[in-house]
Amino acid sequence: MKALADAIVKLLHVDKWFGNNHVVKDLNLEIQEGEFLTLLGPSGCGKTTTLRMIAGFEDATGGSIEVQGERIEDKEPYQRDVNTVFQNYSLFPHMTVFDNVAYGPSIRKEPKAEIKKRVTEMLELVQMSGYEKRKPEALSGGQKQRVAIARALINNPRVLLLDEPLGALDLKLRKQMQIELKRLQRKLRITFVYVTHDQEEAMTMSDRIAVMRDGVILQLGHPMDIYDHPTSRFVADFIGESNVFEGVVKAVNGELLTVETASGMAETQGSGFSVGEELYVSIRPEYLSISREPVTGFDLPARVKDFIYMGTVVKTSLDLADGKEIKYSRFEADATLREGETVYVHWDTHKSVAIKKEAEVEAS
Amino acid sequence: MTAKPQPVRKRKHSRLPLLAQAGPVSAWMILFVTIPLLYIIYISFMTRGTFGGVEHEFSITSYQTLLDVTYFKVIEKSFRAAVITTLLCLLLGYPFAYYIARKPADVASRLIMLIMIPFWTNSLMRLNAWMLLFQTNGPVNNLLLALGWIDAPKMFIYSDWLVMLGLVTNMLPFAVLPMYSSIEKLKKSLLEASADLGARPAKTFMRVTLPLTFPGIFSAIILTFIPALGIYTITDMLGGGKVLYIGNIIKNQFGAIRNWPLGAALSVLLLLITALLIFIYTRFARIEDMEVL
Repeated sequence: MKALADAIVKLLHVDKWFGNNHVVKDLNLEIQEGEFLTLLGPSGCGKTTTLRMIAGFEDATGGSIEVQGERIEDKEPYQRDVNTVFQNYSLFPHMTVFDNVAYGPSIRKEPKAEIKKRVTEMLELVQMSGYEKRKPEALSGGQKQRVAIARALINNPRVLLLDEPLGALDLKLRKQMQIELKRLQRKLRITFVYVTHDQEEAMTMSDRIAVMRDGVILQLGHPMDIYDHPTSRFVADFIGESNVFEGVVKAVNGELLTVETASGMAETQGSGFSVGEELYVSIRPEYLSISREPVTGFDLPARVKDFIYMGTVVKTSLDLADGKEIKYSRFEADATLREGETVYVHWDTHKSVAIKKEAEVEAS
Repeated sequence: MTAKPQPVRKRKHSRLPLLAQAGPVSAWMILFVTIPLLYIIYISFMTRGTFGGVEHEFSITSYQTLLDVTYFKVIEKSFRAAVITTLLCLLLGYPFAYYIARKPADVASRLIMLIMIPFWTNSLMRLNAWMLLFQTNGPVNNLLLALGWIDAPKMFIYSDWLVMLGLVTNMLPFAVLPMYSSIEKLKKSLLEASADLGARPAKTFMRVTLPLTFPGIFSAIILTFIPALGIYTITDMLGGGKVLYIGNIIKNQFGAIRNWPLGAALSVLLLLITALLIFIYTRFARIEDMEVL
């Protein structure tokens, strides 16, 4: 799909051990020039460690890390052509906003006039003009983060590493900063490597997402790809909401699988499965259909449990025959549904995903 | 949000606890600091009794005596010793404090224990130990003789440099502890940020570590300089009374010589010098804080 020459950061067979803890396991990842790549996963999945290895704050136990075709494992952080935006901002508390942003250029002993010009430009870029003389303590969280971004970007890094930069902000500001960051990245065409545990944030901003768990990349791809075609139960659960059924393949008809689940017989598309094989079937709440009458093909009888109004969508909980609770969501309230009513759940078999059980075993 | 009529009541509420808080502290300060201090100043302006003690008659004789060049020399000498002690404590203490602060908490507390143990030992015992080590037929002399570095035993004790050794070892914990707590508070991510922005470790130290740990260094200076200036046990024992420091003189005026007014006047002088230094230092520190880059 993409030429290898495009990769600006290459991680090859990277391992990281903390004592007896295998934090990053034989990780291979190629980050393309100019892309917004997100390392997404729950805490302890190794995403921050991976980022810190690229920055040089941690040494890889094994494997190699290349930036622009050059191995950098032996380079100190101050020799690397990457810059970091830290989760806790890490602004120098004894320096003004101006001095914080000017730190990189002044270390490189650039001319004073040039530094002043660049700092002014950068503060304009992050909409912090006029705050030059403030100390970090006099800034809000969002403002601090803008300064931290300016402080990193002024060095013209080839790659900007962002370690949960919006983690400490409140939801509304976070959403706003997500869009700003994305626009900034598009405008500057700098490669962003972004670490977050927030799947929504990852979906909003990324060109590609690497979903990590237990030191392994489970799935790497475009946000939509990952959303629509999760290859493991973990990814299906972690990205968005999913109804996941455990079942056994009863019949294979081309790409159409008939699956026996505890809640009844169901169908899904899927390839590479054979009769008798155990699998997971995952279906998004918004892809479910509900009918009052049994449906031709397949259906799972269910009882309407309750409704949650979320503003734009209504989430309905349904109890299936075996007591399994599933979620069904619609953009507007279906006024005809009543709590306790019996309905039939079915779905477009192209919208559901068959997930191999081995994929799960491998991951854990 | 409280309604408008509230403030009157609120003020009363906040004033009471404030007084309740400041009251005991003020009483304590007045009782144990202000009154003794005023008493010392009072005595310094009195007349020396013929058989010691104080005659309550106003006089500035003590202060006139201070103008004597001998006292000036003693003060100068004491100052130099205190300054050198402080500098040595900083130079030796900072790397050590830094080392401890970067260790995991359990190791750090054990290392702090190591510097606290001599601190908790009786100071007379500690001083006697130094004397034993360095006396004419002591282990140090014997070792140097055995190594052939010296031909005859050296007179280490009762010398200025043994006093210095005693002062430094005695003051070191006071320098290490505040610097440790300051360095320990320094966030590692700030050092990482500095490295990330291209600063080598030495640059990071000068531009981030040092300015941010300045409060600890400042406390260390205050905590070592002032005691080093006034201490008399160390100078008395290790200096053998031969080398006179201001602390010894004050002690002697109150003790053997029984010239309380002169001792008090010396104390007041010492106090004024210290206060002046602290004043200058805080001013200097504030300016420093403002223009880091």
